[in-house]
Amino acid sequence: MSTLRYIDAIRTALDIELRRDPSVVALGEDVTYGGPFGATKGLADTYGTRIKDTPISEATVMGLTVGAALSGLRPVMEVMYIDFITLAMDQLVNHGAKLRYMTDGLLQVPMVIRAQGGARGSMGAHHSQSLEAWFAHVPGLTVVAPSTPADAQGLLQSAIRSDDPVLYLEHRGLYWQKGEVPDGDDAALVPIGRAIVRRAGSDVTIASWSHMMGAALAAADQLAADGIEAEVIDLRSLLPLDLDALLGSVGRTGRLVIAHEAVTQGGLGAEIAAQVQERAWAELAAPIARVGAPFVPPPFAPELERAFVPDVDAIVAAARRVLDTPSRAARPSPQSVEA
Amino acid sequence: MTSVPDPLGMLERMWLIRAFEERVSELYARNQIAGLLHLGIGQEGVAVGLAWGLEPRDRLFGGHRAHAHALARGADPARLLMEIAGRATGYCGGKGGTMHIAAPETGFVTATGVVAGNIPLALGSAYASTVSGDGALGVVAFGDGAGQTGSFHESLNIAALWGLPLLFVCENNGYAEFSPLSAHTKVERLARHAETYGIPAVTVDGNDAAAVLAAVRDGVDRARAGGGPTFIEALTYRLRGHYEGDPGKYRELSELADWKQKDPIARFVADQGLEAESPAAEARARAIVDAATDAALAAPHASVDQLRTQVTAEAVA
Repeated sequence: MSTLRYIDAIRTALDIELRRDPSVVALGEDVTYGGPFGATKGLADTYGTRIKDTPISEATVMGLTVGAALSGLRPVMEVMYIDFITLAMDQLVNHGAKLRYMTDGLLQVPMVIRAQGGARGSMGAHHSQSLEAWFAHVPGLTVVAPSTPADAQGLLQSAIRSDDPVLYLEHRGLYWQKGEVPDGDDAALVPIGRAIVRRAGSDVTIASWSHMMGAALAAADQLAADGIEAEVIDLRSLLPLDLDALLGSVGRTGRLVIAHEAVTQGGLGAEIAAQVQERAWAELAAPIARVGAPFVPPPFAPELERAFVPDVDAIVAAARRVLDTPSRAARPSPQSVEA
Repeated sequence: MTSVPDPLGMLERMWLIRAFEERVSELYARNQIAGLLHLGIGQEGVAVGLAWGLEPRDRLFGGHRAHAHALARGADPARLLMEIAGRATGYCGGKGGTMHIAAPETGFVTATGVVAGNIPLALGSAYASTVSGDGALGVVAFGDGAGQTGSFHESLNIAALWGLPLLFVCENNGYAEFSPLSAHTKVERLARHAETYGIPAVTVDGNDAAAVLAAVRDGVDRARAGGGPTFIEALTYRLRGHYEGDPGKYRELSELADWKQKDPIARFVADQGLEAESPAAEARARAIVDAATDAALAAPHASVDQLRTQVTAEAVA
């Protein structure tokens, strides 16, 4: 085991896979320098031109990444802020995601798109979004969002080894958090499509991912002080979803709160809630609650940004609401909670 | 006249493309093919001149009007027609269709339904060969309508900046969808854009397949010698509408008549002195297309069993 910061775990994953496989390359804006946060810092010293700086041309660099993946490489492209991926949606969605299907498997697109986001540091509406729901709506993509250094390394390694286009979502609020990561080329590997129970409990399930996992675990601690045992699930793979893990937990607790930093409206929480209620209606003792950001662009002022990001209190309040639901017979209307 | 090493082979392939596209048009008119078809009748000289300058390992990416490019590279006419007709035995099992054909084993990688969407793909393919050292050139064929997109300019910039082994082949047929190039840009010769980025560029008569081949060979030689990308603008004309069924009222009939006089096949026959050989070459091509048609129409339709397969690698049955 080594103690690594989340951002170091990302670099370690790149380092291992670059060393293991000569077809792996990393490209993006300022990646030889390390980018604004240093995720790729120093890799060019070891891997030379396989660490490739690109012009600020997201649309074309995304297509270049797809084309490289079609031609024998396993490219890892960094999108500096996920907000800029809007420029590259044609190549990601129309080409990267669809080429395997459109050609019935004659072609495959083994690429990884690393993109960081989240509202942190008052960077405003063009540098702060959480956009996972867009990508989880696209057949052909894989979407992962690690919350710990171990998963940051393990999921990135698995993403690079995947034969599909993987969107690997980082949250810059996690970059400096430390955690234990297994040593070795394969020891940290985390399978895509598997959730993990971070805290066991029997009263209510809280499902979350990425940075919001910290708030979810803190909420569970607060609830425990009142004798409420929350089970906290880190979904970490958003497409495909580990529905079995979620249904197993809901089967134990009968209650579900889904917490994410993205806006609640049209967020992934809606899809997860729909899938769970379709399959576990009989086990649900209360309507599923969602916790997400209000339906506004990410604001700039620190006071506004703090109010925008869902917090521990919002998750605790949602959990108490679903626990307070008296019975199925009352047929309460679904609840939606905004920060 | 420019001499070419394999004039009969080029002629036969142009006839094959012509016969294939005419057959596709007939089948579409008889409702035996569904969808949105873009034919390149009249532009065969570019596809064949291009293909005859490449090696099998080179990777060509076509646009939405790409049947000619796939056939020029050696795609099987029967499997291609099956794909266009939505048959299970088509190249893509009927999942792709006319705008998403693929025959990667021939060096025709795939096509795109998004104008200019293929340019970054070819750029990435050329970049990949610089990493892997496989010696393959990236090659992309696109129309004049692509010249006004961001991807076009961004790709020219990166190809020049990185010195990538890439051929840009602009098939300038004078019309972007339903309007003339002059309605899209003040720049008459798109090759000028390449010069801005420091890429050697040439404008050729695209209906002169031998001239296209000569330009391609220059570009291929440059790229293989490490000299970076080349831009070829081939001036041509589509004798059909933008899509099958397009009434084409945006063009003068006299213009169409003028271009029929410049038919690339007749031009090649005359230039290469193939008057004696051409009728038999055409007959062979039409026989191949007849056989492909019989095979395609007898082939099983795309299977609903396959609707959910090949979305991801993990979902492969």
